[in-house]
Amino acid sequence: MIQVSNLSYGAAGNPILQNVIAEIPAGRVTALIGPNGAGKSTLLKLIARQLTAADGSIRMDGMDLAQAAPAQLARKMAVVAQHLSVASRVRVRDLIGFGRWPHSAGRLGPADHAAIDGAVELFDLGDLQQRFLDELSGGQRQRAFIAMAYAQDTDWLLLDEPLNNLDLHHARNLMAQLRHLAEEQGKGIVIVVHDLNYAISWADHVVALRDGQVAFQGPVSETATAERLSELYQTPVAITRLEGRVIAQYHR
Amino acid sequence: MADLAAQAAAAPRRWLLLAAALLVPLALVSLLVGAGPLPLGTLLSDPQALQVLAVSRIPRTAAVLLTGAAMAVAGVIMQLLVRNKFVEPGTTGTSEAAMLGLLAVTLLAPGAPILLKMLGAAAAALAGTGVFMLLARRIPPHQVLLIPLSGLVYGGLLMAIATFIAIEGGLLQYLGVWMSGEFSGILAGRYELLWLAGGLALLAYFAADQFTIAGLGRDVSLNLGLRYGQVLGFGIVTVSLVSSLVIVTVGMLPFIGLVVPNLVSRLMGDNLRESLPVVAAAGAGLLLICDILGRVLRYPYEIPAGTVFGIFGAAGFLYLLLGRRAGG
Repeated sequence: MIQVSNLSYGAAGNPILQNVIAEIPAGRVTALIGPNGAGKSTLLKLIARQLTAADGSIRMDGMDLAQAAPAQLARKMAVVAQHLSVASRVRVRDLIGFGRWPHSAGRLGPADHAAIDGAVELFDLGDLQQRFLDELSGGQRQRAFIAMAYAQDTDWLLLDEPLNNLDLHHARNLMAQLRHLAEEQGKGIVIVVHDLNYAISWADHVVALRDGQVAFQGPVSETATAERLSELYQTPVAITRLEGRVIAQYHR
Repeated sequence: MADLAAQAAAAPRRWLLLAAALLVPLALVSLLVGAGPLPLGTLLSDPQALQVLAVSRIPRTAAVLLTGAAMAVAGVIMQLLVRNKFVEPGTTGTSEAAMLGLLAVTLLAPGAPILLKMLGAAAAALAGTGVFMLLARRIPPHQVLLIPLSGLVYGGLLMAIATFIAIEGGLLQYLGVWMSGEFSGILAGRYELLWLAGGLALLAYFAADQFTIAGLGRDVSLNLGLRYGQVLGFGIVTVSLVSSLVIVTVGMLPFIGLVVPNLVSRLMGDNLRESLPVVAAAGAGLLLICDILGRVLRYPYEIPAGTVFGIFGAAGFLYLLLGRRAGG
Protein backbone atom coordinates (compact mmCIF):
# COMPACT_ATOMS: atom_id res chain seq x y z
CA MET A 1 0.00 0.00 0.00
CA ILE A 2 1.10 3.53 -0.72
CA GLN A 3 0.13 5.91 2.08
CA VAL A 4 0.26 9.57 1.26
CA SER A 5 0.03 11.73 4.39
CA ASN A 6 -0.52 15.48 4.48
CA LEU A 7 1.47 15.94 1.31
CA SER A 8 2.02 19.47 0.07
CA TYR A 9 4.01 20.73 -2.86
CA GLY A 10 4.40 24.09 -4.52
CA ALA A 11 6.29 25.51 -7.46
CA ALA A 12 7.28 29.15 -7.90
CA GLY A 13 5.16 30.19 -4.95
CA ASN A 14 1.98 28.51 -6.22
CA PRO A 15 0.63 25.64 -4.22
CA ILE A 16 0.07 22.62 -6.50
CA LEU A 17 -0.82 20.01 -3.92
CA GLN A 18 -2.24 20.84 -0.51
CA ASN A 19 -2.58 18.40 2.33
CA VAL A 20 -3.15 15.37 0.16
CA ILE A 21 -4.14 12.28 2.11
CA ALA A 22 -4.54 9.17 0.00
CA GLU A 23 -4.21 5.42 0.12
CA ILE A 24 -3.34 3.36 -2.92
CA PRO A 25 -3.87 -0.38 -2.49
CA ALA A 26 -1.19 -2.93 -3.40
CA GLY A 27 -1.83 -5.46 -6.13
CA ARG A 28 -4.53 -3.33 -7.76
CA VAL A 29 -4.83 -0.92 -10.68
CA THR A 30 -5.34 2.61 -9.36
CA ALA A 31 -6.22 5.50 -11.65
CA LEU A 32 -5.36 9.08 -10.75
CA ILE A 33 -8.10 11.17 -12.35
CA GLY A 34 -9.14 14.79 -12.34
CA PRO A 35 -9.23 17.90 -14.52
CA ASN A 36 -6.15 19.52 -16.04
CA GLY A 37 -3.91 21.13 -13.46
CA ALA A 38 -5.40 19.16 -10.59
CA GLY A 39 -1.98 17.83 -9.61
CA LYS A 40 -2.22 14.21 -10.83
CA SER A 41 1.17 14.14 -12.50
CA THR A 42 2.71 16.04 -9.63
CA LEU A 43 1.43 13.45 -7.16
CA LEU A 44 2.84 10.67 -9.34
CA LYS A 45 6.21 12.43 -9.60
CA LEU A 46 6.30 12.93 -5.85
CA ILE A 47 5.70 9.22 -5.32
CA ALA A 48 8.39 8.53 -7.93
CA ARG A 49 10.74 10.90 -6.05
CA GLN A 50 11.32 12.95 -9.16
CA LEU A 51 10.09 15.87 -7.07
CA THR A 52 10.60 16.57 -3.39
CA ALA A 53 7.59 17.43 -1.26
CA ALA A 54 7.53 20.63 0.78
CA ASP A 55 5.64 18.88 3.53
CA GLY A 56 4.16 15.52 4.39
CA SER A 57 5.33 11.99 3.73
CA ILE A 58 4.81 9.00 1.48
CA ARG A 59 5.17 5.43 2.67
CA MET A 60 5.33 2.55 0.24
CA ASP A 61 4.62 -0.84 1.84
CA GLY A 62 5.71 0.73 5.12
CA MET A 63 8.95 2.19 3.74
CA ASP A 64 9.39 5.94 4.08
CA LEU A 65 10.25 7.07 0.56
CA ALA A 66 12.18 10.11 1.78
CA GLN A 67 14.62 7.80 3.58
CA ALA A 68 14.96 5.03 0.99
CA ALA A 69 18.23 4.50 -0.88
CA PRO A 70 18.00 5.05 -4.65
CA ALA A 71 19.11 1.49 -5.48
CA GLN A 72 16.60 0.01 -3.04
CA LEU A 73 13.83 2.14 -4.49
CA ALA A 74 14.69 1.10 -8.04
CA ARG A 75 13.93 -2.50 -7.12
CA LYS A 76 10.68 -1.44 -5.48
CA MET A 77 9.03 0.72 -8.11
CA ALA A 78 9.41 1.49 -11.79
CA VAL A 79 8.25 4.74 -13.35
CA VAL A 80 7.35 5.62 -16.92
CA ALA A 81 7.38 9.36 -17.47
CA GLN A 82 4.92 11.22 -19.65
CA HIS A 83 7.40 12.89 -21.96
CA LEU A 84 9.88 10.44 -23.37
CA SER A 85 12.15 12.72 -25.34
CA VAL A 86 15.18 10.79 -26.42
CA ALA A 87 18.32 12.42 -27.76
CA SER A 88 20.50 9.34 -27.95
CA ARG A 89 20.40 6.35 -30.24
CA VAL A 90 19.86 3.29 -28.09
CA ARG A 91 18.47 -0.02 -29.33
CA VAL A 92 15.12 -1.13 -27.92
CA ARG A 93 16.61 -4.32 -26.53
CA ASP A 94 19.46 -2.41 -24.86
CA LEU A 95 16.92 0.00 -23.35
CA ILE A 96 14.91 -2.86 -21.88
CA GLY A 97 18.22 -4.29 -20.65
CA PHE A 98 18.83 -1.08 -18.70
CA GLY A 99 15.64 -1.92 -16.81
CA ARG A 100 17.70 -4.73 -15.26
CA TRP A 101 20.29 -2.23 -14.00
CA PRO A 102 18.95 -2.18 -10.41
CA HIS A 103 19.41 -5.96 -10.28
CA SER A 104 22.48 -6.51 -12.41
CA ALA A 105 24.44 -3.22 -12.27
CA GLY A 106 25.27 -3.76 -15.93
CA ARG A 107 26.31 -7.43 -15.88
CA LEU A 108 23.38 -9.17 -17.48
CA GLY A 109 23.05 -12.77 -16.33
CA PRO A 110 20.70 -15.53 -17.54
CA ALA A 111 17.90 -14.30 -15.28
CA ASP A 112 18.25 -10.81 -16.72
CA HIS A 113 18.13 -12.05 -20.29
CA ALA A 114 15.04 -14.08 -19.44
CA ALA A 115 13.39 -10.97 -17.99
CA ILE A 116 14.29 -8.96 -21.10
CA ASP A 117 12.90 -11.68 -23.37
CA GLY A 118 9.73 -11.73 -21.28
CA ALA A 119 9.29 -7.97 -21.60
CA VAL A 120 9.95 -8.06 -25.34
CA GLU A 121 7.32 -10.74 -25.77
CA LEU A 122 4.70 -9.23 -23.45
CA PHE A 123 4.84 -5.86 -25.15
CA ASP A 124 5.10 -7.29 -28.65
CA LEU A 125 8.46 -5.73 -29.44
CA GLY A 126 10.09 -8.74 -31.13
CA ASP A 127 10.33 -7.08 -34.50
CA LEU A 128 11.54 -3.79 -33.05
CA GLN A 129 14.11 -4.96 -30.55
CA GLN A 130 17.15 -4.19 -32.69
CA ARG A 131 15.81 -0.83 -33.85
CA PHE A 132 17.08 2.47 -32.46
CA LEU A 133 14.72 4.52 -30.27
CA ASP A 134 14.95 7.54 -32.54
CA GLU A 135 13.62 5.45 -35.44
CA LEU A 136 10.39 4.56 -33.65
CA SER A 137 6.99 6.21 -33.59
CA GLY A 138 5.81 7.83 -30.37
CA GLY A 139 3.63 4.86 -29.51
CA GLN A 140 6.35 2.31 -30.20
CA ARG A 141 8.79 4.26 -28.07
CA GLN A 142 6.25 4.41 -25.27
CA ARG A 143 5.86 0.63 -25.39
CA ALA A 144 9.64 0.24 -25.28
CA PHE A 145 9.86 2.37 -22.13
CA ILE A 146 6.97 0.50 -20.51
CA ALA A 147 8.72 -2.77 -21.36
CA MET A 148 11.85 -1.43 -19.68
CA ALA A 149 9.85 -0.60 -16.55
CA TYR A 150 8.34 -4.09 -16.64
CA ALA A 151 11.78 -5.71 -16.95
CA GLN A 152 12.72 -3.84 -13.78
CA ASP A 153 10.52 -6.43 -12.03
CA THR A 154 9.21 -4.22 -9.22
CA ASP A 155 6.23 -4.48 -6.88
CA TRP A 156 4.96 -1.13 -8.10
CA LEU A 157 4.59 0.30 -11.58
CA LEU A 158 3.82 4.02 -12.02
CA LEU A 159 2.78 5.37 -15.41
CA ASP A 160 2.11 9.00 -16.25
CA GLU A 161 -0.52 9.19 -19.01
CA PRO A 162 0.63 6.00 -20.76
CA LEU A 163 -2.25 6.11 -23.24
CA ASN A 164 -1.24 9.46 -24.73
CA ASN A 165 0.53 8.20 -27.83
CA LEU A 166 -1.32 4.94 -28.26
CA ASP A 167 -4.02 4.07 -30.76
CA LEU A 168 -7.20 2.19 -29.75
CA HIS A 169 -5.62 -1.20 -30.23
CA HIS A 170 -2.48 -0.53 -28.24
CA ALA A 171 -4.25 1.50 -25.55
CA ARG A 172 -6.66 -1.34 -24.89
CA ASN A 173 -3.87 -3.93 -24.99
CA LEU A 174 -1.80 -1.93 -22.55
CA MET A 175 -4.66 -1.63 -20.06
CA ALA A 176 -5.32 -5.36 -20.39
CA GLN A 177 -1.64 -6.09 -19.76
CA LEU A 178 -1.58 -3.82 -16.71
CA ARG A 179 -4.66 -5.57 -15.33
CA HIS A 180 -3.02 -8.89 -15.99
CA LEU A 181 0.12 -7.77 -14.12
CA ALA A 182 -1.99 -6.70 -11.13
CA GLU A 183 -4.10 -9.85 -11.06
CA GLU A 184 -1.53 -12.50 -11.91
CA GLN A 185 1.66 -11.03 -10.49
CA GLY A 186 0.22 -8.92 -7.69
CA LYS A 187 1.86 -5.70 -8.90
CA GLY A 188 0.47 -2.39 -7.73
CA ILE A 189 -0.21 -0.22 -10.78
CA VAL A 190 -0.72 3.53 -10.55
CA ILE A 191 -1.66 5.40 -13.73
CA VAL A 192 -2.61 8.93 -14.59
CA VAL A 193 -5.46 8.71 -17.12
CA HIS A 194 -7.48 11.34 -18.88
CA ASP A 195 -10.03 9.11 -20.55
CA LEU A 196 -12.64 8.40 -17.89
CA ASN A 197 -13.85 5.26 -19.63
CA TYR A 198 -10.43 3.65 -19.54
CA ALA A 199 -10.26 4.47 -15.84
CA ILE A 200 -13.73 3.10 -15.12
CA SER A 201 -13.42 -0.05 -17.17
CA TRP A 202 -9.93 -1.16 -16.18
CA ALA A 203 -9.08 0.31 -12.77
CA ASP A 204 -10.03 -1.15 -9.39
CA HIS A 205 -9.52 2.04 -7.49
CA VAL A 206 -9.52 5.76 -8.16
CA VAL A 207 -7.95 8.77 -6.50
CA ALA A 208 -9.66 11.89 -7.85
CA LEU A 209 -7.85 15.19 -7.51
CA ARG A 210 -9.19 18.67 -7.95
CA ASP A 211 -7.29 21.93 -7.34
CA GLY A 212 -4.47 20.11 -5.60
CA GLN A 213 -6.69 18.28 -3.16
CA VAL A 214 -8.31 14.87 -3.03
CA ALA A 215 -11.92 15.22 -4.19
CA PHE A 216 -12.76 11.58 -3.52
CA GLN A 217 -11.13 8.19 -3.52
CA GLY A 218 -12.10 4.56 -3.25
CA PRO A 219 -13.07 1.51 -5.28
CA VAL A 220 -14.33 2.33 -8.77
CA SER A 221 -17.62 0.52 -8.12
CA GLU A 222 -18.43 2.90 -5.27
CA THR A 223 -16.98 6.17 -6.48
CA ALA A 224 -17.74 6.31 -10.20
CA THR A 225 -21.10 8.00 -9.87
CA ALA A 226 -22.62 10.62 -12.14
CA GLU A 227 -22.81 13.26 -9.39
CA ARG A 228 -19.22 12.86 -8.27
CA LEU A 229 -17.73 12.81 -11.75
CA SER A 230 -19.87 15.77 -12.90
CA GLU A 231 -18.76 17.71 -9.87
CA LEU A 232 -15.10 16.69 -10.37
CA TYR A 233 -14.90 17.85 -13.97
CA GLN A 234 -17.52 20.63 -13.69
CA THR A 235 -19.12 18.99 -16.71
CA PRO A 236 -22.27 16.88 -16.98
CA VAL A 237 -21.22 13.22 -16.91
CA ALA A 238 -23.88 10.54 -17.24
CA ILE A 239 -23.25 6.96 -16.18
CA THR A 240 -24.97 4.37 -18.35
CA ARG A 241 -24.66 0.67 -18.84
CA LEU A 242 -23.96 -0.91 -22.18
CA GLU A 243 -23.77 -4.69 -22.54
CA GLY A 244 -23.10 -5.00 -18.83
CA ARG A 245 -20.31 -2.40 -18.77
CA VAL A 246 -20.40 0.92 -17.01
CA ILE A 247 -19.89 3.75 -19.49
CA ALA A 248 -19.35 7.42 -18.77
CA GLN A 249 -21.08 9.59 -21.32
CA TYR A 250 -19.83 13.13 -21.48
CA HIS A 251 -19.01 13.73 -25.15
CA ARG A 252 -22.08 15.90 -25.80
CA MET B 1 15.33 -13.80 -33.65
CA ALA B 2 18.42 -15.39 -32.14
CA ASP B 3 20.22 -14.75 -35.43
CA LEU B 4 19.26 -11.10 -35.29
CA ALA B 5 20.53 -10.75 -31.75
CA ALA B 6 23.79 -12.49 -32.59
CA GLN B 7 24.22 -10.30 -35.64
CA ALA B 8 23.68 -7.16 -33.62
CA ALA B 9 26.14 -8.36 -30.98
CA ALA B 10 28.77 -9.08 -33.63
CA ALA B 11 28.44 -5.68 -35.35
CA PRO B 12 30.22 -3.56 -32.70
CA ARG B 13 33.12 -6.01 -32.61
CA ARG B 14 33.41 -5.74 -36.38
CA TRP B 15 33.63 -1.94 -36.25
CA LEU B 16 36.24 -2.10 -33.51
CA LEU B 17 38.33 -4.62 -35.49
CA LEU B 18 38.08 -2.45 -38.58
CA ALA B 19 39.19 0.64 -36.65
CA ALA B 20 42.08 -1.24 -35.06
CA ALA B 21 43.13 -2.68 -38.43
CA LEU B 22 43.33 0.86 -39.84
CA LEU B 23 45.17 2.25 -36.82
CA VAL B 24 48.18 -0.07 -37.12
CA PRO B 25 49.28 0.91 -40.67
CA LEU B 26 48.49 4.57 -39.90
CA ALA B 27 50.73 4.48 -36.86
CA LEU B 28 53.52 2.89 -38.97
CA VAL B 29 53.18 5.61 -41.60
CA SER B 30 53.26 8.24 -38.86
CA LEU B 31 56.52 6.79 -37.54
CA LEU B 32 58.14 7.01 -40.97
CA VAL B 33 56.88 10.40 -42.20
CA GLY B 34 58.58 13.60 -41.12
CA ALA B 35 61.05 16.34 -41.96
CA GLY B 36 64.03 14.02 -41.59
CA PRO B 37 64.16 10.86 -43.71
CA LEU B 38 63.78 7.61 -41.88
CA PRO B 39 64.48 4.78 -44.31
CA LEU B 40 62.98 1.49 -43.21
CA GLY B 41 65.88 -0.61 -44.54
CA THR B 42 68.68 0.89 -42.46
CA LEU B 43 66.52 1.86 -39.50
CA LEU B 44 67.76 -0.79 -37.10
CA SER B 45 71.44 -0.36 -37.94
CA ASP B 46 71.40 3.45 -37.82
CA PRO B 47 71.69 4.81 -34.25
CA GLN B 48 70.73 8.31 -35.34
CA ALA B 49 67.56 7.09 -36.98
CA LEU B 50 66.70 5.07 -33.89
CA GLN B 51 67.12 8.18 -31.79
CA VAL B 52 64.81 10.19 -34.04
CA LEU B 53 62.31 7.39 -33.67
CA ALA B 54 62.56 7.25 -29.89
CA VAL B 55 62.74 10.97 -29.15
CA SER B 56 60.42 12.38 -31.78
CA ARG B 57 58.38 9.99 -33.92
CA ILE B 58 57.13 7.54 -31.29
CA PRO B 59 56.20 10.30 -28.80
CA ARG B 60 54.49 12.27 -31.54
CA THR B 61 52.48 9.30 -32.77
CA ALA B 62 51.52 8.37 -29.21
CA ALA B 63 50.54 11.99 -28.49
CA VAL B 64 48.27 12.16 -31.54
CA LEU B 65 46.62 8.82 -30.77
CA LEU B 66 46.05 9.69 -27.11
CA THR B 67 44.72 13.17 -27.92
CA GLY B 68 42.37 11.97 -30.64
CA ALA B 69 40.98 9.18 -28.50
CA ALA B 70 40.58 11.30 -25.36
CA MET B 71 38.97 14.25 -27.14
CA ALA B 72 36.48 11.99 -28.95
CA VAL B 73 35.57 10.33 -25.64
CA ALA B 74 35.21 13.72 -23.94
CA GLY B 75 32.90 14.79 -26.76
CA VAL B 76 30.60 11.80 -26.51
CA ILE B 77 30.36 12.13 -22.72
CA MET B 78 29.45 15.79 -23.08
CA GLN B 79 26.79 14.94 -25.66
CA LEU B 80 25.15 12.36 -23.43
CA LEU B 81 25.21 14.57 -20.33
CA VAL B 82 23.78 17.61 -22.13
CA ARG B 83 21.53 15.30 -24.19
CA ASN B 84 22.44 17.14 -27.34
CA LYS B 85 24.35 15.84 -30.34
CA PHE B 86 25.93 19.17 -31.20
CA VAL B 87 28.02 19.89 -28.14
CA GLU B 88 31.64 19.13 -27.38
CA PRO B 89 34.25 20.79 -25.15
CA GLY B 90 34.91 23.33 -27.92
CA THR B 91 31.28 24.45 -28.12
CA THR B 92 30.48 24.57 -24.41
CA GLY B 93 33.07 27.03 -23.20
CA THR B 94 35.18 24.26 -21.65
CA SER B 95 38.24 24.88 -23.84
CA GLU B 96 37.98 28.66 -23.55
CA ALA B 97 37.64 28.46 -19.77
CA ALA B 98 40.69 26.19 -19.64
CA MET B 99 42.62 28.78 -21.62
CA LEU B 100 41.53 31.50 -19.19
CA GLY B 101 42.83 29.40 -16.31
CA LEU B 102 46.08 28.74 -18.12
CA LEU B 103 46.43 32.46 -18.78
CA ALA B 104 45.80 33.28 -15.13
CA VAL B 105 48.49 30.85 -13.93
CA THR B 106 50.94 32.12 -16.57
CA LEU B 107 50.33 35.74 -15.47
CA LEU B 108 50.41 35.15 -11.73
CA ALA B 109 53.18 32.54 -11.60
CA PRO B 110 55.18 32.75 -14.85
CA GLY B 111 57.64 30.04 -13.85
CA ALA B 112 55.03 27.56 -12.69
CA PRO B 113 55.65 23.91 -13.58
CA ILE B 114 53.44 22.43 -16.28
CA LEU B 115 51.48 20.35 -13.76
CA LEU B 116 50.42 23.50 -11.90
CA LYS B 117 49.41 25.14 -15.17
CA MET B 118 47.39 22.08 -16.01
CA LEU B 119 45.63 22.20 -12.64
CA GLY B 120 44.84 25.89 -13.09
CA ALA B 121 43.41 25.17 -16.52
CA ALA B 122 41.44 22.19 -15.20
CA ALA B 123 39.93 24.18 -12.33
CA ALA B 124 38.85 26.94 -14.70
CA ALA B 125 37.51 24.39 -17.22
CA LEU B 126 35.49 22.73 -14.47
CA ALA B 127 33.95 26.04 -13.43
CA GLY B 128 33.33 27.03 -17.05
CA THR B 129 31.65 23.75 -17.90
CA GLY B 130 29.56 23.90 -14.73
CA VAL B 131 28.25 27.33 -15.69
CA PHE B 132 27.40 26.02 -19.16
CA MET B 133 25.51 23.06 -17.70
CA LEU B 134 23.42 25.44 -15.58
CA LEU B 135 22.80 27.53 -18.68
CA ALA B 136 21.86 24.52 -20.80
CA ARG B 137 19.41 23.30 -18.18
CA ARG B 138 17.31 26.42 -18.72
CA ILE B 139 16.98 25.75 -22.44
CA PRO B 140 14.16 23.38 -23.39
CA PRO B 141 15.69 20.15 -24.75
CA HIS B 142 13.70 20.27 -27.97
CA GLN B 143 15.51 23.49 -28.90
CA VAL B 144 18.22 21.32 -30.37
CA LEU B 145 20.29 24.04 -31.99
CA LEU B 146 19.87 26.66 -29.28
CA ILE B 147 22.08 24.72 -26.88
CA PRO B 148 25.24 24.59 -29.04
CA LEU B 149 24.60 28.14 -30.22
CA SER B 150 24.42 29.41 -26.64
CA GLY B 151 27.58 27.42 -25.94
CA LEU B 152 29.37 29.10 -28.85
CA VAL B 153 28.29 32.56 -27.68
CA TYR B 154 29.34 31.71 -24.12
CA GLY B 155 32.69 30.37 -25.35
CA GLY B 156 33.15 33.46 -27.48
CA LEU B 157 32.56 35.63 -24.44
CA LEU B 158 35.17 33.74 -22.43
CA MET B 159 37.56 33.96 -25.38
CA ALA B 160 37.07 37.72 -25.60
CA ILE B 161 37.92 38.06 -21.92
CA ALA B 162 41.00 35.88 -22.44
CA THR B 163 42.10 37.93 -25.44
CA PHE B 164 41.71 41.18 -23.49
CA ILE B 165 43.74 39.85 -20.59
CA ALA B 166 46.37 38.48 -22.96
CA ILE B 167 46.72 41.82 -24.74
CA GLU B 168 47.02 43.70 -21.45
CA GLY B 169 49.52 41.18 -20.11
CA GLY B 170 51.51 40.93 -23.33
CA LEU B 171 50.77 37.20 -23.65
CA LEU B 172 48.98 37.22 -26.97
CA GLN B 173 51.47 34.87 -28.64
CA TYR B 174 50.82 32.26 -25.92
CA LEU B 175 47.13 32.41 -26.68
CA GLY B 176 47.89 31.82 -30.34
CA VAL B 177 49.89 28.71 -29.47
CA TRP B 178 47.18 27.30 -27.19
CA MET B 179 44.50 27.95 -29.75
CA SER B 180 45.98 25.94 -32.58
CA GLY B 181 46.56 22.34 -31.68
CA GLU B 182 49.62 20.89 -33.32
CA PHE B 183 52.14 18.16 -32.68
CA SER B 184 55.35 19.35 -34.34
CA GLY B 185 56.85 20.34 -31.00
CA ILE B 186 56.15 17.00 -29.37
CA LEU B 187 59.30 15.31 -28.06
CA ALA B 188 59.91 12.66 -25.44
CA GLY B 189 59.52 14.35 -22.05
CA ARG B 190 57.06 16.96 -23.31
CA TYR B 191 53.88 15.02 -23.95
CA GLU B 192 53.60 12.49 -21.12
CA LEU B 193 50.66 14.34 -19.50
CA LEU B 194 48.62 13.06 -22.40
CA TRP B 195 48.86 9.52 -21.02
CA LEU B 196 46.77 10.88 -18.16
CA ALA B 197 44.15 12.03 -20.66
CA GLY B 198 44.19 8.57 -22.21
CA GLY B 199 43.85 7.03 -18.76
CA LEU B 200 40.83 9.22 -18.04
CA ALA B 201 39.21 8.10 -21.26
CA LEU B 202 39.83 4.50 -20.22
CA LEU B 203 38.36 5.22 -16.79
CA ALA B 204 35.25 6.63 -18.44
CA TYR B 205 34.74 3.26 -20.10
CA PHE B 206 34.06 1.71 -16.69
CA ALA B 207 31.15 4.13 -16.29
CA ALA B 208 29.93 3.54 -19.86
CA ASP B 209 26.52 2.20 -18.82
CA GLN B 210 26.01 5.04 -16.36
CA PHE B 211 26.72 7.61 -19.06
CA THR B 212 24.38 5.90 -21.50
CA ILE B 213 21.60 5.86 -18.90
CA ALA B 214 22.27 9.49 -17.99
CA GLY B 215 21.84 10.21 -21.71
CA LEU B 216 18.25 8.95 -21.40
CA GLY B 217 17.52 11.78 -18.98
CA ARG B 218 17.30 12.52 -15.28
CA ASP B 219 13.94 10.83 -14.72
CA VAL B 220 15.01 7.53 -16.29
CA SER B 221 18.29 7.66 -14.37
CA LEU B 222 16.53 8.23 -11.05
CA ASN B 223 14.03 5.48 -11.82
CA LEU B 224 16.88 3.02 -12.31
CA GLY B 225 18.49 4.03 -9.02
CA LEU B 226 21.42 5.79 -10.66
CA ARG B 227 23.06 8.53 -8.63
CA TYR B 228 22.51 11.06 -11.40
CA GLY B 229 24.37 13.91 -9.72
CA GLN B 230 27.46 11.77 -9.24
CA VAL B 231 27.46 10.59 -12.86
CA LEU B 232 27.06 14.19 -14.01
CA GLY B 233 29.91 15.30 -11.74
CA PHE B 234 32.21 12.49 -12.85
CA GLY B 235 31.48 13.30 -16.49
CA ILE B 236 32.14 17.03 -16.11
CA VAL B 237 35.39 16.40 -14.24
CA THR B 238 36.54 13.94 -16.91
CA VAL B 239 35.71 16.30 -19.77
CA SER B 240 37.34 19.28 -18.05
CA LEU B 241 40.53 17.38 -17.19
CA VAL B 242 40.89 15.88 -20.67
CA SER B 243 40.37 19.27 -22.33
CA SER B 244 42.87 20.97 -20.04
CA LEU B 245 45.51 18.27 -20.49
CA VAL B 246 45.19 18.51 -24.25
CA ILE B 247 45.30 22.32 -24.33
CA VAL B 248 48.33 22.49 -22.04
CA THR B 249 50.33 19.97 -24.06
CA VAL B 250 49.25 20.43 -27.69
CA GLY B 251 46.65 23.22 -27.83
CA MET B 252 43.00 23.38 -28.73
CA LEU B 253 41.63 20.76 -31.13
CA PRO B 254 38.05 21.60 -31.98
CA PHE B 255 35.56 19.34 -33.81
CA ILE B 256 37.05 15.94 -32.90
CA GLY B 257 34.66 15.59 -30.00
CA LEU B 258 31.81 16.63 -32.24
CA VAL B 259 32.37 14.83 -35.53
CA VAL B 260 33.70 11.48 -34.33
CA PRO B 261 30.90 10.60 -31.87
CA ASN B 262 28.27 11.62 -34.41
CA LEU B 263 29.84 9.42 -37.09
CA VAL B 264 30.01 6.45 -34.74
CA SER B 265 26.50 7.10 -33.46
CA ARG B 266 25.13 6.85 -36.99
CA LEU B 267 26.89 3.54 -37.51
CA MET B 268 26.24 1.81 -34.22
CA GLY B 269 24.20 3.95 -31.85
CA ASP B 270 24.98 5.45 -28.46
CA ASN B 271 25.26 2.48 -26.17
CA LEU B 272 28.68 3.44 -24.85
CA ARG B 273 29.49 -0.05 -23.65
CA GLU B 274 29.64 -1.00 -27.33
CA SER B 275 30.55 2.25 -29.00
CA LEU B 276 33.09 3.93 -26.71
CA PRO B 277 36.08 1.82 -27.89
CA VAL B 278 35.12 2.59 -31.50
CA VAL B 279 34.73 6.30 -30.68
CA ALA B 280 38.22 6.33 -29.14
CA ALA B 281 39.79 4.40 -32.01
CA ALA B 282 38.09 6.54 -34.66
CA GLY B 283 39.14 9.76 -32.90
CA ALA B 284 42.73 8.54 -32.71
CA GLY B 285 42.75 7.39 -36.33
CA LEU B 286 41.16 10.51 -37.82
CA LEU B 287 43.45 12.86 -35.93
CA LEU B 288 46.46 10.81 -37.00
CA ILE B 289 45.37 11.04 -40.64
CA CYS B 290 45.12 14.83 -40.22
CA ASP B 291 48.53 15.02 -38.56
CA ILE B 292 50.16 12.93 -41.32
CA LEU B 293 48.46 15.08 -43.98
CA GLY B 294 49.71 18.19 -42.19
CA ARG B 295 53.24 16.82 -42.36
CA VAL B 296 53.05 15.83 -46.02
CA LEU B 297 51.01 18.55 -47.75
CA ARG B 298 53.63 21.33 -47.55
CA TYR B 299 56.68 19.17 -46.98
CA PRO B 300 59.09 20.00 -45.38
CA TYR B 301 56.88 22.57 -43.64
CA GLU B 302 53.93 21.56 -41.46
CA ILE B 303 50.29 22.47 -41.26
CA PRO B 304 48.96 22.08 -37.68
CA ALA B 305 46.81 18.96 -37.24
CA GLY B 306 44.17 21.12 -35.59
CA THR B 307 43.90 23.23 -38.74
CA VAL B 308 43.59 20.19 -41.00
CA PHE B 309 40.99 18.63 -38.72
CA GLY B 310 39.22 22.00 -38.52
CA ILE B 311 38.66 21.96 -42.29
CA PHE B 312 37.28 18.43 -42.33
CA GLY B 313 35.52 18.98 -39.04
CA ALA B 314 33.73 22.13 -40.13
CA ALA B 315 32.57 20.37 -43.30
CA GLY B 316 31.44 17.40 -41.21
CA PHE B 317 29.62 19.65 -38.76
CA LEU B 318 27.76 21.39 -41.58
CA TYR B 319 26.83 18.02 -43.06
CA LEU B 320 25.44 16.88 -39.71
CA LEU B 321 23.43 20.09 -39.28
CA LEU B 322 22.01 20.08 -42.80
CA GLY B 323 21.55 16.33 -42.92
CA ARG B 324 19.50 16.58 -39.79
CA ARG B 325 17.25 19.21 -41.27
CA ALA B 326 16.76 17.20 -44.44
CA GLY B 327 15.88 14.15 -42.37
CA GLY B 328 13.29 16.17 -40.44
